[in-house]
Amino acid sequence: MKIKFIVNNENVEVEVKPNETLLDVLREKLFLTGAKEGCGNGECGACTVILNGKPVNSCLVLAPEADGAVIETVEGLSKNNKLHPIQEAFIEATAFQCGFCTPGFIMSTKAMLEKIPNPSNEVIIERLSGNLCRCTGYAVIIDAVKLAAQKMGGAK
Amino acid sequence: MNYKYQSPIKFKYVGKPMKRVDAIEKVTGSAKFVTDMFFPNMLYAAVKRSPIPHGLIKKIDISKAKALPGVRAIVTGKDVPYRQGIYLVDRPIITMDRVRYVGEPVAAVAADTLEIARQAVELIEVEYEELPVVQDPRESMKGEVLIHPDLANYERLPIYNIEPEKNVFHHHKTRKGDVEKGFKEADLIVEGDYSLPQIYHAPLEPHAAIAYWDLNGKLTVWSSAQSPFTLRNLIAYAFKIPRHKVRVIAPYVGGGFGGKAGINMEGIVIALAEKIKNRHIKLVYTREEDISAVVRQGMYAHIKTGVKKDGTIVAMEATLIFDGGAYAEYGTNVVRAAGYTLPGGYYVPNLKTDSYGVYTNHFLGGAFRGFGHGELHWATERNLDEVAQKLGMDPLELRLKNVLKPGLTNSMGQKIHHDTGDMEACLKKAAELIEYGKKSKPSGPRKVRGKGIAGLVKAPAMPTNAGSSVIIKFTEDATVTLQASIQEIGQGFNTAIIQMAADALHIPPDKIHFVTPNDTDLNPYEWQTVASRALWTVGNALYRAAEDALDQIKNIASQVLGVAPHNLEVEDDKVFVKYRPEIYLLLKDVVMGYTYPDGHAIGGPVIGRGSFVPEMLTNLDLETGQGNAAAEWTFGAEAAEVEIDFDTGEITIIQLVGVFDAGTIINPITAGGQVVGGMIQGMGPALFEGIKYDEKCNPLTVSFTDYKIPTIADIPEKIKYDFVETFEESSPFGAKGVGEHPMISVPPAIASAIYDALGINLRDLPLTPDKILKAIENKK
Repeated sequence: MKIKFIVNNENVEVEVKPNETLLDVLREKLFLTGAKEGCGNGECGACTVILNGKPVNSCLVLAPEADGAVIETVEGLSKNNKLHPIQEAFIEATAFQCGFCTPGFIMSTKAMLEKIPNPSNEVIIERLSGNLCRCTGYAVIIDAVKLAAQKMGGAK
Repeated sequence: MNYKYQSPIKFKYVGKPMKRVDAIEKVTGSAKFVTDMFFPNMLYAAVKRSPIPHGLIKKIDISKAKALPGVRAIVTGKDVPYRQGIYLVDRPIITMDRVRYVGEPVAAVAADTLEIARQAVELIEVEYEELPVVQDPRESMKGEVLIHPDLANYERLPIYNIEPEKNVFHHHKTRKGDVEKGFKEADLIVEGDYSLPQIYHAPLEPHAAIAYWDLNGKLTVWSSAQSPFTLRNLIAYAFKIPRHKVRVIAPYVGGGFGGKAGINMEGIVIALAEKIKNRHIKLVYTREEDISAVVRQGMYAHIKTGVKKDGTIVAMEATLIFDGGAYAEYGTNVVRAAGYTLPGGYYVPNLKTDSYGVYTNHFLGGAFRGFGHGELHWATERNLDEVAQKLGMDPLELRLKNVLKPGLTNSMGQKIHHDTGDMEACLKKAAELIEYGKKSKPSGPRKVRGKGIAGLVKAPAMPTNAGSSVIIKFTEDATVTLQASIQEIGQGFNTAIIQMAADALHIPPDKIHFVTPNDTDLNPYEWQTVASRALWTVGNALYRAAEDALDQIKNIASQVLGVAPHNLEVEDDKVFVKYRPEIYLLLKDVVMGYTYPDGHAIGGPVIGRGSFVPEMLTNLDLETGQGNAAAEWTFGAEAAEVEIDFDTGEITIIQLVGVFDAGTIINPITAGGQVVGGMIQGMGPALFEGIKYDEKCNPLTVSFTDYKIPTIADIPEKIKYDFVETFEESSPFGAKGVGEHPMISVPPAIASAIYDALGINLRDLPLTPDKILKAIENKK
């Protein structure tokens, strides 16, 4: 079957199977490989993309469900060859090591900050508890989110 | 050790918080991992796995799978009757005649799509004759069920003692002093049993490999490998092909933690590529497959320590029994390293250690961050706490009393020097940071808090000849491309090496490009990215390469300026006369050879070359464990503050503290990243991590739901760390590793804090609420 959606402000039309996941379509058909498959079960968050404004584990979204949706992936964040403030914040706080989970964390952060511009530690922890990282020990990620909030004008 | 550098380099860039060079790639999603690579006409692989833990393969029927449209090749163990392994060659690529754990590969398929490959795997029919199962290595040592009847015939390095009739793949012995005499002199002897289960590395990137074997006989493998050169070596060895016909390329690796060291699953996809030449074949493990691919060994320990009334340790006797799982392979050396390092950073004049690696039908145990040291420190640090309790002495004081100091010898008889490292300073600083001895207020009435501390030490566990090499190539504008084959796995090496190179070459970091990806056809040799050894070994090779390049530059400039080379210096963009900086040549006019105004040229493109092996190492005596197995040590101390809920047994970690003496800190950001990340990775096995099997040996922890790792919600309120920087004189930068160490002593520090809070000694990891509640009950 054919589905249409908008990904990173571009209209796409792809032929998919009903049992294919959105993650597979993004990675294997559109070669948007920023979202990673860390578990395929919605347990690690490495595949997080934003679907109609909400962060989703794209490994749990069937491709047909994405028909008509507006999707943002990490590839869409930098504009005009400039990094997004969240990306700058992750660099400044060195909120990554191996980098495999990083796109997922960044997309979860973006979805959070768009709804809650100035999140408390508790909110950050709650919103990012579905994203696993084995390298950093997370503390720098919390720093990065706060820094991103500041850069985006949330925190005073 | 015998290389004495007493800070000959003026540090301008080393020690500075330089931003990571891989940052932009990693935050934009453009950093490529093996799973992100696609090739035209690529095939996909899937693996048929054993559903039983132990049995003989009676029959494999691939006919239905073969008939499925889109299936291009099927391999079984008969197609690749080879074994592989870095230290002990015991592990088949695909098992040949028997299976030894649930999940062991028995066949593999390459097909046009992953879906077809997985369907084909389902169609492969295997008949087994089940064999009795062994889960406990202590039982396994009775030898009633032999897991490797052919163990005696496997190839291995001569540094290992096998005991085939007991399922023992290595028996390490330390015999130092006279342990019987030591115990006779003791005023107090304290014995205890301590254990920990297997744990899983859990890198976010599962193992992945792509293989391409062309008709010229050249094999190219893209792998999520920590050790591309060792992988090349082991592939060539297993498949019996010359090394130069194998090319391994490792793009970014999404977390290794030891699980991607040596060789793992690459042979499976290579076996398929051998059948279908000229096609790329990709194999990416699912999370469930990845958990079965390699784990950390479990361990049962018995420790007996004899002390004088004043706390001086006079004797120690230790038995470590490792649950090595179905294959030993890399894990052989884990058993050895734990054995030779015990008792850790303390002076014990009379020592007897027996460390056994034993086969079971569990997942195979391999290298894991800490390499046996998390295991040995769990046992010895816990035992020392109990010694202190019985002596009525503070556990920190007991440790300070016995800490290794210059002039004393370690377990292998190696002498400690003034630059070896300072555990005493680490312990004191950690105590200060956590405000040791000072109780803080619990958050509720039915809650109690406590603090604990533990020491640690680890040297790189590596072969005596583990080599490193570095190439420095100047370009036309006197910028530099730098090649070394340490793999970026998250630790930040690509950044640290640029800082070291900048100081060694006296040119700024922005003029140095570190070449990626790691490629064995293009890069100089490197043994492996393991053991926290890169800063030390590559640092040495890099310094030699920089000296070589600078010598070439000075030799050319010397001819032009008419000044002896030793009177010249290089800085930034110039080579100039010492004390007469106004007499100079621009580097860009020298590094491609110097061209005189009349057009004639001298010299040539400058390429610096540096090689290094740790020349002071020797094999250990197999009967006494005495010798020089360790080149340099990183010492440390970790402390924890916990709060325990009396009613639920729940533990909250209030603070974690780590202090490490890793010599010069090259980059405080990346070093801090290793420390915090490592401490949180150490918190997991302290509190909840552990592979579980049912009574039939079926694994129960096969996903992130069953096998919980720390999440952002689990981290303590406060994480503090610091460094003691004793200049390591065997490194030109004074530096050594700190990648593994932060994980090592978090569990004993937490257990010590639990004792401080409750007066309860827990001896078996993980320290789950049910164990705490039970201990509270028993104490009543």
